[in-house]
Amino acid sequence: MFTAARARQGYHLNQFAMSLMKPENRERWKADEKTYLDQWPLSDEQKAAVLARDYNRMLDLGGNIYFLSKIFSTDGLSFVQAVSTMSGMTVTDYQAMMNAGGRSPEGLRSKKEQR
Amino acid sequence: MARITAGVGSSHVPLLGVAHDQNKESDAYFAPIFAGYEWTRNWEKAAKPDVVILVYNDHASAFDMKVIPTFAIGCGERYKPADEGWGPRQVPDVIGHPDLAWHIAQSLILDEFDMTIINEMDVDHGLTVPLSMMFGRVEQWPCRVIPLAVNVVTYPPPSGNRCWALGEAIGRAVASFPEDISVQMWGTGGMSHQLQGPRAGLINAAWDNNFLDGLIGESDDLRRIQHIEYLRETGSEGIEMVMWLIMRGALGPATRLLHRHYHVPCSNTAIGHIVLEPIAPSSSGA
Repeated sequence: MFTAARARQGYHLNQFAMSLMKPENRERWKADEKTYLDQWPLSDEQKAAVLARDYNRMLDLGGNIYFLSKIFSTDGLSFVQAVSTMSGMTVTDYQAMMNAGGRSPEGLRSKKEQR
Repeated sequence: MARITAGVGSSHVPLLGVAHDQNKESDAYFAPIFAGYEWTRNWEKAAKPDVVILVYNDHASAFDMKVIPTFAIGCGERYKPADEGWGPRQVPDVIGHPDLAWHIAQSLILDEFDMTIINEMDVDHGLTVPLSMMFGRVEQWPCRVIPLAVNVVTYPPPSGNRCWALGEAIGRAVASFPEDISVQMWGTGGMSHQLQGPRAGLINAAWDNNFLDGLIGESDDLRRIQHIEYLRETGSEGIEMVMWLIMRGALGPATRLLHRHYHVPCSNTAIGHIVLEPIAPSSSGA
């Protein structure tokens, strides 16, 4: 969940992602991801997670999904393609699950329920 | 006097905009989704609202992390479709209704709702997808639109109770506007969906349908649902459904169902859609 603590921690990560809304920034990012990223005051962990496209890690480090979507959109991925990577499933398996009615909330309502 | 004549609830999934814009509405995947909007498209042609107050959330398009308004009302003359990373949607500009919007903003602030006023912004799929779903492919949107943006992106979003109360206050504001115009109230977003983490893809059809049931009739139980229940039962992004409660609150004490639709899946989400009309209090006879 995108809490206030994560919003503080992820401010620059999310503003970096937001910058990819501009076509000229997307070009600079695609030309040299690392150099583009170094212009933003992100932590080394955040930079590594972005370069590895590790979305769960980016969420843990304060990323917000609607801002992170600018990164995967720039990569040409859809929401389904990007979101499936976070669930540890292949895109095909994930899509099959959605077509069959989605993931059931049974047993997944809270961390307590998962134990 | 201005009147709120109907309420519309709908998902605003960006993929629906893509399907519409690329003429894929009759593809096998999309046909059952769009079929549920046929009734509404015909009904809207007859209903001819003068204005739609469209409750939605911006998805990191007009607003970034610099400024995060909880409730913001668009008082501008017109709004362009936003470039969300793949170029703006090729849909008409959205024409505002500054007179009514400013009237509502003033009324709400004096009614103790501290609104943010927006004169200029682009509008993203949260606002333009519902317009396409309800009006189809048009040269210009058939009515004026007042955008009402709600923060559901950064925690905490406003409570369901606060949203319902804001809707009630909008109802009072519209009723005190002197022109004789027909106003529809739309609430968008939802239904159950989680776009992140290992629980991604969560869908709770039973909960969603109970929510749709709760919008109909005299009950106001939905306003008391706590954030934690939305999160647990409907996924991290299911919280968008609080925006439907602004619509429901504006319709007054009781509603009648005109149309309803539910389908899974659309992208990562469950699609929900409802059309309601307010039932005038029996004592007034109006």
